[in-house]
Amino acid sequence: MIEVKNLVKKYGSHTAVKGVSFTVGDGEIVGFLGPNGAGKSTTMNMITGYLSATAGSASINGYDILEQPEQAKRHIGYLPEQPPLFLDMTVREYLNFVYDLKKTRLPRTPHLAEIVRLVKVEGVYNRLIRNLSKGYRQRVGIAQALVGNPDVLILDEPTVGLDPQQIIEIRNLIAQLGRSHTVILSSHILSEIQAVCERIIIINQGYQIADDTAAGLSARLSDDHSVTLRIVAPPREAKAMLEGLPGVLSVQVTGLQGAATEFKVEPEGPVELNRQIAERAIAKRWPILEMTSRELTLEDIYIRLVNDDPKKLAMNQPAVGEAEAKAAEEPAEQPAAEESTTEAVEAAESAEPTEATETTQPDEAQKEE
Amino acid sequence: MGAIFKREFKAYFTSPVGFAILFLFFFFSGIFFSVYFRSGSPDLSGIFSTMFYIVMMIIPVLTMRLFSEDKRQKTDQLLLTAPVKLPSIVLGKYLAALAVFALTVGIMVVYQIVVAFFIAPDWLVFLGNFLGLLLFGMALISVGVFVSALTESQVVAALGCFVVELVLILVDVIAGMFSTMSLPYKVLNWLSVYNRYTSFTYGTMDYANVFFFLSVSFVFLFLTALVIDRRRYA
Repeated sequence: MIEVKNLVKKYGSHTAVKGVSFTVGDGEIVGFLGPNGAGKSTTMNMITGYLSATAGSASINGYDILEQPEQAKRHIGYLPEQPPLFLDMTVREYLNFVYDLKKTRLPRTPHLAEIVRLVKVEGVYNRLIRNLSKGYRQRVGIAQALVGNPDVLILDEPTVGLDPQQIIEIRNLIAQLGRSHTVILSSHILSEIQAVCERIIIINQGYQIADDTAAGLSARLSDDHSVTLRIVAPPREAKAMLEGLPGVLSVQVTGLQGAATEFKVEPEGPVELNRQIAERAIAKRWPILEMTSRELTLEDIYIRLVNDDPKKLAMNQPAVGEAEAKAAEEPAEQPAAEESTTEAVEAAESAEPTEATETTQPDEAQKEE
Repeated sequence: MGAIFKREFKAYFTSPVGFAILFLFFFFSGIFFSVYFRSGSPDLSGIFSTMFYIVMMIIPVLTMRLFSEDKRQKTDQLLLTAPVKLPSIVLGKYLAALAVFALTVGIMVVYQIVVAFFIAPDWLVFLGNFLGLLLFGMALISVGVFVSALTESQVVAALGCFVVELVLILVDVIAGMFSTMSLPYKVLNWLSVYNRYTSFTYGTMDYANVFFFLSVSFVFLFLTALVIDRRRYA
């Protein structure tokens, strides 16, 4: 379980991350998308405690990464953008070192053997990391994250530098791990995110601009809900049937192909027409040759979101309401934590969601613009 | 801490650095030893005092890699996101360097044993000398560790450490420009690492000196941890 509340990171006058909030439940795989320099790696570095946030908080299984770093870090397996490998060690030495470093309590030999088998580095186990190819280094990086069997995995572009065959293997591995782990995964490869992740978070220029399933994003963004239908039926009768459906705005005949007629059915809004059409057609025994409703691919969604003004899209943070309630519930127990959450609440309460970060330090935010 | 100590100690000997350090020290101390040995004195104090400069040569090489290389290779991300406290990381690396240093200057024990075959030496004097060398090394290594935490480049780390050492030597030169009763002299003399170290080789065991070297080590290790911690807020 990962809880991120209103994370902000400033480098001098530059704000790299401007209020990112989300919760990842146990066993959930969340994809982290965004163009280069959007703040993905910075966010991941803050969640794992490598960087500290300028404002906001991150907690792993209930342990705040800044308040109780050791407990929190015990639950994290982290693969940074560049795998943190000691080039002068063999894979065996390295994984044993990580095992000791993480104070792992699992039996050493079987545990490491299993990881080595999972990421398929048996063949290079006794070779110096310096001499490994990029793909193998990446796998060793993933292996390192798995040592100690942490329940939260944070993987920053895990398939970078791998060949297509390896990408599929690693993708399957992540999907497999996702059943028992909480995973955050960043990637540039949209198909990969779509294949592995149930939920997608998109950030652009430091703003969190989306947090939804791919289907949800598609439904939200698509302005074309029309259905294309190719059906073997008397055209006039079919047109009347389609026009009679509730929610239909217009029906056009777009083509005739032998016995089949092609229609374009335009609904009034985002209405699910396919099912109704199918039911009527079946009742009348009209064979449907084709019925498609145009859905946005993740590519379409991504391009559309990323090219829009991120300030306009920046999400209203739902987590803040919860934080407010929590802070009110247990004020005495965690004074330090409360301080940071109230800060976040104050920031968010100043009405405009997009201005959440600007309210904390107005001068610097203005410079940004 | 144990894991980091082990890795760093081993790393000295998977690269030529550890061997280069051993070679340098063995070579120079060996030359001095053979000269002293012929003079017939069982006392190695003379060698110990000349080793002051040799130690100054090897310490930057010993410490330059410790933190700078981690930062450059981004392996610090592994260390800093592992469930390990920052002081353990600093201490693990520091102790690894110190262990290599102890191994290096350990050759002095061998020399003294060789001497003992011929003339009975004063073991207490030797012990004082040896302790002085270790304490001196501890303080300088902590300075080197600190400088290494400031940069991503090993070369800059080594040069930086060397510059600090030169300043420490200059302290004595500058102190010589003042009259012995003046305040600047007293301050500089108090800072003089050379005087504090050579005082051990004269056979005196001044606890103020022991305390001085230990404090310097502590202060610079503390500063190292502080610098690394601060970096997260940069």
